[in-house]
Amino acid sequence: MKEITSSMAGTVLNIMVGSGDEITAGQDVLMIESMKMEIPIESQIDGKVSAVKVNIGDFVNEGDVLFVLE
Amino acid sequence: MKKILIANRGEVALRIMKTCHQMGIETVAVYSDADSDMPFVKEATFAFNIGEPAVNKSYLRSEVILEIAKSEGVDGIHPGYGFLSESAEFAKAVIEAGITFIGPDPETIDLMGDKIVSRKTMKDAGVPVVPGSEEGTSTLEEAIRLAESMGYPVMLKASGGGGGIGMVRCENEQALAKSFSSTKARAKAYFGSEEVFVEKYINHARHVEIQVFGDNFGNIVHLFERDCSIQRRHQKVIEESPSPFLSDSAKQKMYATAIRAAEAVNYKNAGTIEFIVDAQENFYFLEMNTRLQVEHPVTEQITGLDLVKWQILVSRGAKLPLSQSDIQQQGHAIEFRLYAEDPKSFLPSPGKMEEFRWKESEGVRVDAGYASNSTVSPFYDPMIAKCIIYGNTRKESIEKAEQFFSNLIIKGIKTNAPLFKEILKDRDFISGNYSTSFLTNKTLIIE
Repeated sequence: MKEITSSMAGTVLNIMVGSGDEITAGQDVLMIESMKMEIPIESQIDGKVSAVKVNIGDFVNEGDVLFVLE
Repeated sequence: MKKILIANRGEVALRIMKTCHQMGIETVAVYSDADSDMPFVKEATFAFNIGEPAVNKSYLRSEVILEIAKSEGVDGIHPGYGFLSESAEFAKAVIEAGITFIGPDPETIDLMGDKIVSRKTMKDAGVPVVPGSEEGTSTLEEAIRLAESMGYPVMLKASGGGGGIGMVRCENEQALAKSFSSTKARAKAYFGSEEVFVEKYINHARHVEIQVFGDNFGNIVHLFERDCSIQRRHQKVIEESPSPFLSDSAKQKMYATAIRAAEAVNYKNAGTIEFIVDAQENFYFLEMNTRLQVEHPVTEQITGLDLVKWQILVSRGAKLPLSQSDIQQQGHAIEFRLYAEDPKSFLPSPGKMEEFRWKESEGVRVDAGYASNSTVSPFYDPMIAKCIIYGNTRKESIEKAEQFFSNLIIKGIKTNAPLFKEILKDRDFISGNYSTSFLTNKTLIIE
């Protein structure tokens, strides 16, 4: 099982992919707001999203799991 | 006024308290769970916790803040900048509670808060505005049509936006189409309205703003310009006054235009008219900030005035302390915004700042929100401090700034201090030859 984790502490502003979506490495999958800045989180890997672990508005810490890939 | 509540945090809260205490006014601080150990909480005469770290659970809770203001019997509320400072609704609620709102009238805040309405107001008053759409739009087809009518590149902006958030430069139709839905979503998330508009992008532009001040008797003065062209992500990093680029005749024209703009909205208290200036010194109205500006110390250093004191005096019903001819500009001031961020990628670097020290010397003013052992949390703006360096000439302030940054010690988090060291050595910066794309176009070697 592969995961995408947050590279930064902040609030989830936007989730760009959903369960079942095929994603590729380098694709922006989620937007974090930290210190009033918008930081895109990109996937490091190719795969298919099997679960989205966060909701818009959630606070995440660095290292928290955002997506699980098949 | 005997007691003022400050609906803000960090350095600006401390800045306001300083003047209040000098004037013999007691202060009430409000703070979130994340800020309980911050210097501004300790400095206040009274301090109250208002909730969880996230801004919508603390610093944006206007009802809670207002309840504290009432039970504490404060005479005035100072909103600082950001947070509730440009909320007409909040200003109105404060006034309805019988408390003085230290700022302009709610109607003025409302009028200037909407980019499209403020553009129209200024245009009607004879103030030049950036060529752009007269109406907001929420469809891509409309945006493309508008962009084509003015020619690419264009800026796509949130109508209710500000602070550099919700705006993106688009080189062509493809880029506009790509950014459209995300800009709309951002506009909705940050400003509550998905309306956007399109503006002509001005190449090699400088961002120059004029500080204005009005009282309740219709007097309006300007306090000269601030050149804020050094930016990253459309957010200011360095501001200085006087502008090293503008001719005297252009400055005079801008002062007069700024006053005309302020008069058009019967402006009261401290405000800033932002202009974009092209290489030929043509200038266009960008927006008006209806509050105390982050970079107000630059103006304080060159005029010797205390703008927070003026704000309090004017809101108490006093006339402006000085007339235009009595306001003098002397020397040169440069402000550096010290951010908790990676100096190359500009990505945030929250965390505990184990040490934060600098050398005090003549001409050096540091407005800090944090101290050694403070934690810079990811919930708020990354600004740790503003370092304002004053000299008799621009050359002297640059030299003093180099001294300042070579003696500055920050441990535990990354900051943009190394970037400032490089900028101060840059030939274009030294000669005053820079535009808003300075940081995007330069490759500065940062150690």
